[in-house]
Amino acid sequence: MADKKERSGSPGQEPPEPVPAGATPRRAGLGQRLLPYAGYLVVTAGLCAYGLWADNYYYTQLLTFIGIHTLLAVGLNMVMGYAGQISLGHAAFFGLGAYTTGALTVHLSWPPLAALPAALAVPALVAFIVGMPTLKLHGYYLGMGTLGFGMIIHILFREWTALTGGPNGLVGIPVLSAGPVSLAGGKTYLFLVWGAVLLSFGMCSRIVHSRVGRALSAIHFSEQAAAAVGVDTMRAKLEVFVFSAALAALAGFLYAHMVTFISPSSFSFLVSIRIVAMVVIGGMASIWGSLFGAGLLTLLPEWLHVFSEYEVMIYGLVLVVVMIFFPQGLTRGVLDAYERARRRKTGAGPSA
Amino acid sequence: MLEIRNLKCYYGRIRALSGVSLSVDQGEVVSLIGANGSGKSTLLTAISGLLPGWRGELLFEGESLAGLPPQEVVARGISMVPEGRLIFGALSVMDNLRLGAYLRIRKRDHFGVRQDLDKVLSIFPVLKERAGQDAGTLSGGEQQMLAIGRALMAKPRLLLLDEPSMGLAPKVVKQIFSTLSMLRDEGLTILVVEQNAQAALAVADRGYVLETGRMVLTGRAADLLEDEEVKRAYLGKDYAQFTEGRA
Repeated sequence: MADKKERSGSPGQEPPEPVPAGATPRRAGLGQRLLPYAGYLVVTAGLCAYGLWADNYYYTQLLTFIGIHTLLAVGLNMVMGYAGQISLGHAAFFGLGAYTTGALTVHLSWPPLAALPAALAVPALVAFIVGMPTLKLHGYYLGMGTLGFGMIIHILFREWTALTGGPNGLVGIPVLSAGPVSLAGGKTYLFLVWGAVLLSFGMCSRIVHSRVGRALSAIHFSEQAAAAVGVDTMRAKLEVFVFSAALAALAGFLYAHMVTFISPSSFSFLVSIRIVAMVVIGGMASIWGSLFGAGLLTLLPEWLHVFSEYEVMIYGLVLVVVMIFFPQGLTRGVLDAYERARRRKTGAGPSA
Repeated sequence: MLEIRNLKCYYGRIRALSGVSLSVDQGEVVSLIGANGSGKSTLLTAISGLLPGWRGELLFEGESLAGLPPQEVVARGISMVPEGRLIFGALSVMDNLRLGAYLRIRKRDHFGVRQDLDKVLSIFPVLKERAGQDAGTLSGGEQQMLAIGRALMAKPRLLLLDEPSMGLAPKVVKQIFSTLSMLRDEGLTILVVEQNAQAALAVADRGYVLETGRMVLTGRAADLLEDEEVKRAYLGKDYAQFTEGRA
């Protein structure tokens, strides 16, 4: 699938090219230059406004969950949307992050922040070891491989009772605190999670617009062609897979210290599928699409509670409708609709 | 510069090349011509490291290429323009060119990369006009130019081209090949694989003719152009025209 690449984002890592004389001159108005950062500004402004005026425990929880899901989605989007490698086992890394910090803080009484490096490193290491053989696979086979991996890890969570508490879950995970400062409050935690989201967006868009990001897009198009220009495809795939696992692990860490109780069902196969759905609905190869996808899939069940027993049906229906009308995801769909509306307004054809 | 001795290539258990020898000297343009399925592309994929498991000898500047992955081959100074161009359609023209310099950007050779970018854009001015466009929106000829430009961005000493004339208008083919002879004049060594024998031999110094995995003929390009067998098989002229001296 040849995805349209998201154009916005921070500048790449190389020094900027001189604009070739023959190229269409870039309009470099203030608005144009700020456009790539518009998303960050809007989200920050929105959070500040929420922090100042709103005080509703339910919405704070919900927004925090959207943030955690966005972290999962943006990580998977790097692997799936940009590099074109499907992973159906991402909930495993989410769970590994959560259980690593859970086990360290509950059984060994580590302070949560000390457990953070381990909570990131263990899943990353697992991703490295698992990625080595599985990323040699392509297409459906890679899907099957990662699916199997996710299931094995899920069983591990359920059966390794001494460490994980088994099916009953792991209880009593401490809330987050930095020295004397408690980060447990609803809004404080909200800001912490969204800070991590914006940071991850910054990192991802830097990667996407760099040499490495171009290499990933090249791999998506054709591994042979990418290899022919000198990209070490195996290494690039492995790197992005490990990076993505670390992001999922960060989400797991934040999740564990938010709800303070984790059980295997939060990291099952269905969760992996939901992360994939977030990426696809939001838009493949679109960093901000991860936010829309995660937002929609987190909010939808809440909105649909009113339908009680028909909830799941309508949930499915909405997803189908979104995919029919926005086959390239919400981000692309909304951008296209905006383009069309603007063109109709100015009455002009597409500008060259 | 490039020395191939008794190269045998396999796809699974099928042998695509059965003992081919070929050499390319510094500063030469060498054409390898042959029909579909003669093993031309196989030879290039073997050199570029994309087809492991070959037997025989492959020496570049005196050193064996055995067991080298594709990126190492590129690092040694061999770039390939693949069959069917394989440009990255969803990326901009500029990003395609930058990808060509992947290994050099990794080594932080930004100054050299920028110089070569200017050079490639001056060789193919049309790419400059299209710099920001998605490469998939280019015409076939422009895509071929982009593919060559991308290969040049790696700063190769040996350029391999796999059927650069494929699917292109005669005028564009001419332009592509005159670019190749210009690159040769600047000191680049070129090995070009072609079905379009006329175009390929016209710019080449020497030529080889490959048939079903074996080298059947070799010589100076000018001689091959006059060779009855080549004329019959690859230049689209009926054998009878020459043997029976028909007017």
